[in-house]
Amino acid sequence: MRREFSDAIEKIALADEKVVFITGDLGYNALENLQEKLGNRFINAGVAEQNMVGLAAGMAYKGFKVFCYSIAPFIVYRCWEQFRNDVCLHNLPVFLVGNGGGYGYGIMGSSHHAIEDIAGLSSLQNVKCWVPAFADDVEPFVNQIVADGRPAYLRLGAGKQTPAHEGNFGSLKMVVKSDEAKGTIVALGPVANNVVAVLQQEEFANKFNLLTAQNVPLTINNEGLSLLQNTENLLVIEEHVSIGGLAQQLSVQLMENGITFKKFISLRAEGYPDGTYGDQNFHQTQSGLDAKNIADKLRLFV
Amino acid sequence: MITSKNNTLNSFADLKKLQKTLRLRILEMYFTANAGHIGCSLSCVDLMIGSLLSHKQDNEVFLLSKGHAAAALYACLNESGEISDEELKTFYKNGTVLPAHPAPNKIAGIPFATGSLGHGLPIATGIAQASKILENGEYTYVLMSDGETNEGTTWEAAHYAVAKGLDNLIVMVDKNGLQGFGNTDEILGVSADKTKWEAIGFDVVECDGHNIEEIYNQIDLFKAKKNGIPKLLIANTTKGKGVSYMENRMEWHYLPMKPEQFEIAMNDVNNNYV
Repeated sequence: MRREFSDAIEKIALADEKVVFITGDLGYNALENLQEKLGNRFINAGVAEQNMVGLAAGMAYKGFKVFCYSIAPFIVYRCWEQFRNDVCLHNLPVFLVGNGGGYGYGIMGSSHHAIEDIAGLSSLQNVKCWVPAFADDVEPFVNQIVADGRPAYLRLGAGKQTPAHEGNFGSLKMVVKSDEAKGTIVALGPVANNVVAVLQQEEFANKFNLLTAQNVPLTINNEGLSLLQNTENLLVIEEHVSIGGLAQQLSVQLMENGITFKKFISLRAEGYPDGTYGDQNFHQTQSGLDAKNIADKLRLFV
Repeated sequence: MITSKNNTLNSFADLKKLQKTLRLRILEMYFTANAGHIGCSLSCVDLMIGSLLSHKQDNEVFLLSKGHAAAALYACLNESGEISDEELKTFYKNGTVLPAHPAPNKIAGIPFATGSLGHGLPIATGIAQASKILENGEYTYVLMSDGETNEGTTWEAAHYAVAKGLDNLIVMVDKNGLQGFGNTDEILGVSADKTKWEAIGFDVVECDGHNIEEIYNQIDLFKAKKNGIPKLLIANTTKGKGVSYMENRMEWHYLPMKPEQFEIAMNDVNNNYV
């Protein structure tokens, strides 16, 4: 999604002279277009992420809308206090952008993974976390983040194009719709692409709804609640740990609305269960986020 | 200079009078609140008089990065009319907008909540960077403690400010030599050291942090130097300055005053200042 992201930033920054882009010394072979075209509104703040976020807060106070970019774990964990105190408490337009959310950086190892980021950031005051599942989500998300002008986190990954867009229910975007659904799947981020692959198999065709959670904290409109109310079985899938993740956040809203299910399954990042490392697919498989395990779980609904 | 709630301050004599007025106000605030952080406020209030209350223009920003000296900030903003007498009386009380460390979004003269050390310089650097892009000619003032120069973010921001040529950034360090649990030089060494800051490229001057004229004039000189180099005023100060039994005593970072101590403190300030 980096290409879609840098294209979207280029477009919006050239149209809005208040947009500033700061990188924490990353972006090789991805952000050169911004470096070339944004002039003094492209800043390399060096390998100093905490300063980058404090700096962004100061610039936002003077009227700029500031993107801060790095690898997801670097922009989230190290800067959490700066984002909380300097940005969120003041409701300033500073937008953290983390590339490679979840296990996106695979064999780079645990230091480069971000599987607790949504829990940490979505709990803060005034913030909205945006998680594109598909490459074509990125540009509208960037535009909405700038339009909202409030603290935001954009978690980038690697995704294909949206298979079909069947409408939005607040935070939820329907991408696969079934009139005779045996269950509904709610997915966070590009792991939704694994679900799409499963639902394209003949065995599962036209048996499930697939919704992606575009942003958290979740807002779900009445139509979305009604759809979930009429669902017998629910599977939530996310490349994020259980604590503070999508399933937990969604569950509270569903319980508050009296919505229960015959079967409820949460597939989530399980960390490093045996202490071994591999590519993103390896870690997804270890956590049961792979197509085979998704298919096994969906069979329990049929 | 400034128009305060009481009069127009247009001479050093007027500013010097504030050294007494504000100290008495700070002591009353802490005594009424039965609260600590007295020594820290007395240590840096003169720096605030020489910058916030005399140099800062309306559109410019002054940041108190050492948020634990909030009482000194509140007293100054009360003097400039940005905090009312009624509001000032709510210091430390339930329902106040004036807690022990500056809160966000409530007082125009407090653009950012502070209290966790190491945040002020990065933010101020961002404001100074914004001013450079906007070409608005504004200066940004930030006041840190010397203990705060232990923080890594301070050095990240310092390097940034030098690399980007932010000569509109005026940093002040309240160097009283004491920090949370010991002497600064015995804990991590002197991180508010002139040669260290010069080595990374700051324009550094040391001064007597209780001499209003010296503080004011040095900031004036800093502002005149549009040389692409950020400025640092290392102000040598005394924690608890003006109160005999508090001076250079670490415990007055924390302790509240008993009634008899308050009386002595008020007498000391009345006797020590014009």
